[in-house]
Order: sequence, then C-alpha cells, then structure tokens
Amino acid sequence: MKKNISSLYSKKVMEHFTHPHNMGTIKNPSGKGRVGNPVCGDLMELQIKVEKKAGKEYIKEAKFQTFGCGAAIATSSMLTDMIVGKDLAKLGEVSNKSIVKSLDGLPPVKRHCSVLAEEALIKAVADYRKKDKQK
Amino acid sequence: MKVYLDYVATSPVKDEVKKAMMPYLTEIFGNPSSIHRWGQEAKSAIEKARGEVALFLGAKPQEIIFTSGGTEADNLAVRGISNSKVHIITTQIEHHAILKTCEDLEKNNIAEVTYLKPNREGLISALQVKKALKKNTVLVSVMYVNNEIGTVQPIREIGKMIEKENKNRLSKERIYFHTDAVQAVEYLNVNVDFLHVDLLTLSGHKIGATKGIGALYLRSGTPFEKIIFGGEQEMNLRAGTENVSGIVSLGKAIELIQIKNQKSNLKIKELRDYFIKKIITEIPEVELNGSRQFRSPNNANFYFKYVEGESILLSLDLVGIAASSGSACTSLSLKPSHVLMATYDDAERSHGSIRFTLGQETTKEEIDYTISNLKTIIKRLREISPLGSTK
Repeated sequence: MKKNISSLYSKKVMEHFTHPHNMGTIKNPSGKGRVGNPVCGDLMELQIKVEKKAGKEYIKEAKFQTFGCGAAIATSSMLTDMIVGKDLAKLGEVSNKSIVKSLDGLPPVKRHCSVLAEEALIKAVADYRKKDKQK
Repeated sequence: MKVYLDYVATSPVKDEVKKAMMPYLTEIFGNPSSIHRWGQEAKSAIEKARGEVALFLGAKPQEIIFTSGGTEADNLAVRGISNSKVHIITTQIEHHAILKTCEDLEKNNIAEVTYLKPNREGLISALQVKKALKKNTVLVSVMYVNNEIGTVQPIREIGKMIEKENKNRLSKERIYFHTDAVQAVEYLNVNVDFLHVDLLTLSGHKIGATKGIGALYLRSGTPFEKIIFGGEQEMNLRAGTENVSGIVSLGKAIELIQIKNQKSNLKIKELRDYFIKKIITEIPEVELNGSRQFRSPNNANFYFKYVEGESILLSLDLVGIAASSGSACTSLSLKPSHVLMATYDDAERSHGSIRFTLGQETTKEEIDYTISNLKTIIKRLREISPLGSTK
C-alpha cells in the first residue's frame, strides 16, 4: 500500500490545503477576527463583509489568512466556504464539529485547529457587531 | 521524482550489509550461548563483529556491549554509572534517550542533574562543563553530533578537561565521560582515546545496518551496573539472547565505513554546502539553524520565517520529498523541538524549521529538484500566511 503524509488527512482536507478557497484579505471588512498565536504554531485571521438585506444580515464575503499546519489551512478554507451567503442569525450551525464533519474528519491531534476556526468566526462577528453599533 | 532527505531519521540497509547478515536469519540460526556447532558459529560471528567495532573505536573487544539500539545504550550508560545521590552534567539538546533517563533519576532522587544550555550556534563549551562540575559529579554526557541541527560538540576538549579534573580530584571517585556518537560514526573520528571518553553510544540503523541494534563502548575498569537482568550475555552486562543478524549487520556497516573512500564524505559536504548556499540566497528571509562551522557534513536545517513546518513537510511530501520538522504539529506530543527551543528560545522558529539530511546516495539532481520545489512551496505558504515583513 502506498502511503504518504497526505494519507493522514482526508481527500477533502488535502483539496482545501492544496487549493484553499477565499484566501486573502477584504478591502474595508465589516469585521475581523485574529486568533491563535505563532508561538503555539497557528495563527488565523478571518475577515468578513456583512450585507443587510430585507431586515436580515448576510455574510457577503469571507477571506482568511493562516499560519499553521495543513489542518489549520484546510479548516480555515472550509470555514469560509460554510459561512459565505449565510444569515448571521444562523451562524450557530457553523461549529468546530460541523467544520470537521464537512472535511470528512481530522486526525484527533488536529481537532484543535477546527476550534481555532470557530473562534475566529465568533471574534469576527463580535467585531462586526461592535463596529455596527458605533455607526 | 522521489527524494529522501531524512537519512538522520534512518538509512536503508546497505547491500553488502544485507548480504553479510542474511545467513544468520536462516542457516546459521543457533543461539550463541549453546555449546554445539550451531551455537558456536553464531558466537564466532558476534565476536568478529565485536572485534570490528572495537577496532574502529580503538577499543578492546570486551569493552563493546551490544544493545537493542542507541536508546538502550544511552539508558544503560546513564543508569549504569549512576548509583545513588550523584550529580550528572548533560545538555539541554541531548536525545530524549538521555534527557528522559536523567529526568527519571531526578524524580527518584537518585541523581541531581545539570542541563547545560547551548549558545546560539547550538554549542556547549568545555569551560561550561568545567564550571558545572561538583564534588559528587560522576557522569558528564554530551552528544557528539546533534541529530536535529547537526552541531558538532568539542568532545575531545571536554574529555581532556575531565581527565585533568580527575587527576586533581582529592577523592577516589572519578568523573566518567559519555558521548552519544550515533550521528557522528559515519563522518567523524570516533576513536575513544582521541576523544578521551569512557562511554560511547552507537546505533546501527543510522549507518546502513538494521534497526534494533546498537552498542555501548564501556572503558575497562569503569564501575558499572547492568539494567537488564537475565542471562550472562555481553560480559554479564546486558542479558538476553543476542540479536545475531543485527550484530553482524552492525559489524559489517562499521567495516564499510572504515574502508570507505574519504571522497564520499567530501562529496556529501560539497552537495550540502551548495544546498545551503542556494536556499539562503534564493529564498528570502531564511536562516540556517545551528553552526555553520562546527557542523556535520550531511545536515542542513533551515528556519523559513512566517510559515509552519508541518505545512511545508506536507507540501514537500506531495512532490515526493522527505524531510523532517521541529514543529510541534508534527509530533505526537504537540511540543516544539527541545533542541531549537534550547538554542534559540523562540517557539516560532521551532515551528518554521525543517531539517534536511543527505546520504551517500543523494545526487545533485535531487538537491536541485528540492531547491526548486522549496521555492514554490515557501512562496505559496507565505501568501496564505497572515505573517510577513510586508503584512
């Protein structure tokens, strides 16, 4: 059987690692969430653009930048896929568990990477709320 | 293309070694402790290998104890010397086989241990060791070549200093000097009298012998306790039926190093120097870990700023290149490399560091392929990273 490092990860994780979606930054983002620490080996920044339509708030755009392992990069990419177009009121559906599930699983030692992605989302939304109130 | 640049992790068994050891797995299968011809044939193969290792180290055959590998030899060296309430000096960049054994002795109140901190090249000095000596110091253990950053320690200088200290000691208790030479055997002088060492650790699978075999050199007259009990094999210092084929493989691998053309070491060094020069000049914001001068000829270890090691390894693996990382994300313990942490006190540096180790078979074509892929990989991962001098 041929095995390599990538066989530690699901096919989905490898796809997101090799071709991450929504990588980069947004001009004038509505909210930002920077979590983790390079000292711990992972740092992620999520930026979101929120649009108000018919009394509801949607995530129009989401971009990420991540310093971290393959799992950290893949979870960041997956997170952005899962939140774009979503109603802010329904973001509760996006959790570390749902991210792992969408990636067809992560090795147990890498689960904390998905927690980081969830934290980045919470922080970015909180940042948006704060800025929105100040308007 | 498939490029293996992790020879320090382990190396393939050499053809001649395989040929030499094969009969001891099948037709010459006797137990060396048996007095019949099957046993005696196996016994004489072991003694031949012991002679080979002894010759190589400039030692006597009865000073060589075969073990299950480098880890056991390190454990044996530390525990064998340390009885009770003693002081040990070692370094923060030793292999875990030494560090964890020392920690266990501390935990059980058998020894007090001083862990010397290296300078920013990963070097320990003889003066540093001298300053740490105490009245009850019985053991100094310093590795010859560091497995991660390739730093070559001044073993001979430390050995001479200890010899002088022993002469000046008022008590009869001597200080014994151990070196883990697992990574040095292939490239450096490991003559025990030249180095002035009392104990020295060897491993088979790093030099083209099989996994599961190693040896400890123990200078005659050194008071010593065994740690594995059972039969009276190995001068009654290591119980257990001998790993005959493994021992034969170690003897053969050592013999091959002795007859090896010095040119092959030079070839590796030149290739490694070329690799370092290209990476440092062609990829921005890269630093070499360890010493440029006091460095094993097969080792290159780089710190790539703003990217994390596991993602580099994963990307390298996708293009068929094997290397290793100091990053926490690649270890089961999720702790960054203790060697890089002791040398640089910088977790970010540990996470972004990759070790490449060359072997006899490494070619320039493989190195060029690695350089070109590394350039692309580092560039891509830096684009993904939120860190950077311009970000």
